[in-house]
Amino acid sequence: MRQLLAATHKDLLLSWRSRAQASAVMVFGATTLLLFSFAVGPNAAALRQNAGGFLWVALLLSSTLSLAESYRAEIEQRALEGLVLLPASPRSLFYGKAIANWLQLLLVGIGLVPVMVVLYDPGTENLLALVGVLAMGTAALSAPGTLYAAMASQARAQQVLLPLLLFPLVVPVLLAAVKASSLLLLGDPMEQAGSWVMLLAAFNGIFWPLCGLLFGQVVEE
Amino acid sequence: MAGNSNEKRPLLAYGSIALAVVLFAIGSYIGLFVAPPEHFMGEVQRIMYVHVPTAWVALVTLLWAFVSALGFLFLRKWKWDSRMEASIEVGVLLSFLLCMQGSIWAKPTWGVWWDWDPRLTTTAVMLFAFIGILALRRFVEDPVRRATWSAVATIVAFADVPIVYFSVKWWNSLHQVQSTPQTVDSPMITPLRINAFAMLFLMMGLVGLRTRLAARRLENELAPPLPERETETRAIAAGGEA
Repeated sequence: MRQLLAATHKDLLLSWRSRAQASAVMVFGATTLLLFSFAVGPNAAALRQNAGGFLWVALLLSSTLSLAESYRAEIEQRALEGLVLLPASPRSLFYGKAIANWLQLLLVGIGLVPVMVVLYDPGTENLLALVGVLAMGTAALSAPGTLYAAMASQARAQQVLLPLLLFPLVVPVLLAAVKASSLLLLGDPMEQAGSWVMLLAAFNGIFWPLCGLLFGQVVEE
Repeated sequence: MAGNSNEKRPLLAYGSIALAVVLFAIGSYIGLFVAPPEHFMGEVQRIMYVHVPTAWVALVTLLWAFVSALGFLFLRKWKWDSRMEASIEVGVLLSFLLCMQGSIWAKPTWGVWWDWDPRLTTTAVMLFAFIGILALRRFVEDPVRRATWSAVATIVAFADVPIVYFSVKWWNSLHQVQSTPQTVDSPMITPLRINAFAMLFLMMGLVGLRTRLAARRLENELAPPLPERETETRAIAAGGEA
């Protein structure tokens, strides 16, 4: 537990010190949201209808940047090798980094919500519940994302490799998160949003332990 | 690469492919000329005799990739890495063919090339996931890392398949209900079964040959650099080959 806290602290400190990078990711996400309006055209109804989907695609695209970034410092200074040599379990290293990535992504997600509201004008009654969906969805992105970023950051063509591996995997996350968010934004007469959140919970329940278990294989040789 | 003369020829793989060709000829003949056309879909339905076997065998191949990935992680034997490489590649090929055949069948019957149906979407997602793993293998030079990482990615991708399937199922469901021998008329079962075995033997032959190729490449990579080979590599490098 102390190892986990130390690792989380280290990763959060690392991203705090490179906060210019983190805010650039936020701006990237906002720019993406702006671009979707041009893809659809000035059709207010269509934009409102797809607001949840646009938010999640923007977040997914931003996630590849922040996930890759979380390993850059480790790889550049060969710090990852040092960390693996410490008498700490690789699992706590993984969970530290995954939690830090999760919090960062969640922050980006929360930052994008006002941009989405201004640009697409969806309903704003359930914004607090939307933050809950954001928390579940970004958690589901960050567990496999942290595992894959560990591989991609040490391979050639890393910029293209991470999305290539991550995007097909997180199809159910995107699907469930978009459904839940759209229901919250547009009204949910059948109260279906809960079952989509359950799907996100199931994904988290499977991939957080599985990725933690496999991370040791990825960093140790 | 110099061929190893005392290594036995892959007779089993060749035999398996030859058997597949014969079975395909018989199965396709029955399927195209003997079996009756389907009541509602007519002649178009005959694509089922390749489509359904492709689906079955694609799944078996990717299952074998999953077994090989577990095999490598637990047993740490190189032959499992070669098996994994071979089965992922053949599995990607079969999944791609499956999507193509599905589109060809969907256009005249459903009126669209593509539909967001659970099985179709899951196949497409699996195809992209395993293409990603092949890319990972291509971009990692160190054989130990390549083998371990692609095994990890295969296990994660496989764990995702049921989740993708059920999420898409809740999200949207036009595919006809899976056929079982009880729902299919017997003149249709015979060619289907023959072609399924043909596809299975073809897959086994291809995976067998590809596994040998992977094992040979690995042997070459893991071998300590001989002085002659080093000069040879340098000569190739000087020749502009990357």
